[in-house]
Amino acid sequence: MYAQMIKTASDGIKSRDEMSDEERTFQDKIDADIKIEPKDWMPEDYRRTLIRQIGQHAHSEVVGQLPEGNWITRAPTLERKAILLAKVQDEAGHGLYLYSAAETLGVSRDELVEMLLSGKMKYSSIFNYPTLNWADIGAVGWLVDGAAIINQVALQRTSYGPYSRAMIRICKEESFHARQGYHAIMAMAFGTPEQKKMAQDAVNRLWFPALMMFGPSDKDSVHSEQSMAWKIKIKTNDELRQQFVDQTVPQILYLGLDLPDPNIQWNEERGHYDFSDPDWSEFFNVIKGNGPCNTDRLAARGKAWDDGQWVRDGLLAHSRKKAAARMAAE
Amino acid sequence: MTRDDAFLQFLLRMGDNTLVLGHRVSEWCGHAPVLEEDIALANTALDLIGQTQMWLALAGEVQGDGKSADDLAFLRDAWDFRNALLVEVPNGDFGRTLMRQFLFDSWHKLMLERLKGSSDERVAAIAEKAVKEVTYHVERSRDTVIGLGDGTEESHARMQEALDYLWPYVGELFAGDAVDAEMVAADIAPDPASLRADYDAILAEVMAEATLSIPKSGFAHKGGRDGRMHTEHLGHLLTSMQWLQRAYPGARW
Amino acid sequence: MKNEWPLWEIFIRGQHGMSHRHVGSLHAPDAAMAIKNARDVYTRRNEGVSIWVVEAQHVAASSPSDKGPLYEPSESKVYRHPTFFDIPEEVGAM
Ligand SMILES: [Fe+2]
Ligand SMILES: [Fe+2]
Ligand SMILES: [Fe+2]
Repeated sequence: MYAQMIKTASDGIKSRDEMSDEERTFQDKIDADIKIEPKDWMPEDYRRTLIRQIGQHAHSEVVGQLPEGNWITRAPTLERKAILLAKVQDEAGHGLYLYSAAETLGVSRDELVEMLLSGKMKYSSIFNYPTLNWADIGAVGWLVDGAAIINQVALQRTSYGPYSRAMIRICKEESFHARQGYHAIMAMAFGTPEQKKMAQDAVNRLWFPALMMFGPSDKDSVHSEQSMAWKIKIKTNDELRQQFVDQTVPQILYLGLDLPDPNIQWNEERGHYDFSDPDWSEFFNVIKGNGPCNTDRLAARGKAWDDGQWVRDGLLAHSRKKAAARMAAE
Repeated sequence: MTRDDAFLQFLLRMGDNTLVLGHRVSEWCGHAPVLEEDIALANTALDLIGQTQMWLALAGEVQGDGKSADDLAFLRDAWDFRNALLVEVPNGDFGRTLMRQFLFDSWHKLMLERLKGSSDERVAAIAEKAVKEVTYHVERSRDTVIGLGDGTEESHARMQEALDYLWPYVGELFAGDAVDAEMVAADIAPDPASLRADYDAILAEVMAEATLSIPKSGFAHKGGRDGRMHTEHLGHLLTSMQWLQRAYPGARW
Repeated sequence: MKNEWPLWEIFIRGQHGMSHRHVGSLHAPDAAMAIKNARDVYTRRNEGVSIWVVEAQHVAASSPSDKGPLYEPSESKVYRHPTFFDIPEEVGAM
């Protein structure tokens, strides 16, 4: 997801007997769905895992501005341009809300940004894929935000108060994202043959990367158990992925597009669609830095950060001068 | 020149200014110095795009050929554009972008205030809505120009450089011609020159607070408002902006 | 000196006469810019008509262990809530 492969900062789940009194009270609260708030006692591992998860989520929102931002200046109508710009702007907002949530855990936004830029922290694999034609903009909103929504709706119930509140705010904005995307790709799927070709191309290219957003299968995911006990992960990767496939396949069919995977088939017995696994070696390669856009994405964020230094310093220096002048006058 | 011809030119000038500047500002999305600025710049761009839709829709109506705002934005070539040169110059660094924004916003607000009293109700209505947005734009760009002008040594130097670079493009905003004379006669829009004194007063105050010096030169590049001569930059902007509409004529998006 | 912009807590009052509500936080060099940033960040969907900003370091918060003494007493004062009272329909709106 936006936070994939989060390494839980602990080794295995403790039994109640192994827990200290504090840990037990803490776990009881979580079990009773009482939110953990910034000043509450929390295990150090919980705090560290959350910083990783929320930080990675925040980085994903901000790096996620880039593939869609790539088309703002080429949007084909004034209305599409405004919609896309508003959408990408929302993602900056999501990054901001999430960095703020992480900051309540005792890490600053600048520290998080520096960890992103130095490669110590990751962001979602999906944003290392390029947007190559205008239909990608529709497909990203529909598929990528659609996949994110499935995860984020679940995370509204996460145990950490500030994270949960950020998720609630984000979810309110997300349905606009998915809908504008589907609306844009609809115009193309029902448009000229060239437009339909673009739509098909986008779905074909983005389908498997979208499935990868949920992370590897739970059987291979060592860290899920503790995170689920802490309720910072609410559903398993496979559950979420299946939910996404079930919801999306009929939407592809409605567009009259070919399914991007020949193995997609309704399974009467399971009551779900069967589908092919994405190529996990590709996924791990992208995570390692070898996706089509990893280098460019990080370079773009690094440039914005470096080029912005004098601006941040300049405005702060001015505010300090003013404050000093006010003090002197008093 | 008939009154309608002049009116159309005037509307294109208003709409092309916001179209081109909105486009330029939108280029920042995802690349600003800090998230808060990224979001704020996008808001400014969104307002400008919205204003473009209103101005160019009205232009299409006045032109009477059944053209939509999109037709005018995406299917005219550079020589048909009527924006002031100031808004088409590249963004440069954040300082130049905000300096350009302030120089434009200050003019824009004065202009819109006057257009609220236009004899054409449609113009007055657009101005009424736009001036609320622009009042905020100029507040924000003004504060940023002051903050960076009177910030660090580096930010001061960059802002002075920005002002020096942009100054020759300011004069065009106030250079009236036959189109403007016709608009004045019809009571649709003010003589641009009549806004200059207020503008200079605002600039003097803000630049003093920003510890920046306004260049002495009165030289002004011209050619954007009448389409006689744009900068080389406009063509590149249009190349990206219009690409899909040009490559796939007649497609609906 | 650390050069990160300070963190501000943002409170917004919406259209409907409710009191200011905490909506989130953001960074800004000073209070005036914090208000402007809050307008851009937190009122993009018409959420508010009035903004308060407080530098996060100036927010004094109750400590979590006070939760009992501070809040439980009001839990037992259910009469403070209008629905506690059954009012006969005949008396009309109240
Ligand atoms: Fe988002
Ligand atoms: Fe997203
Ligand atoms: Fe989104």
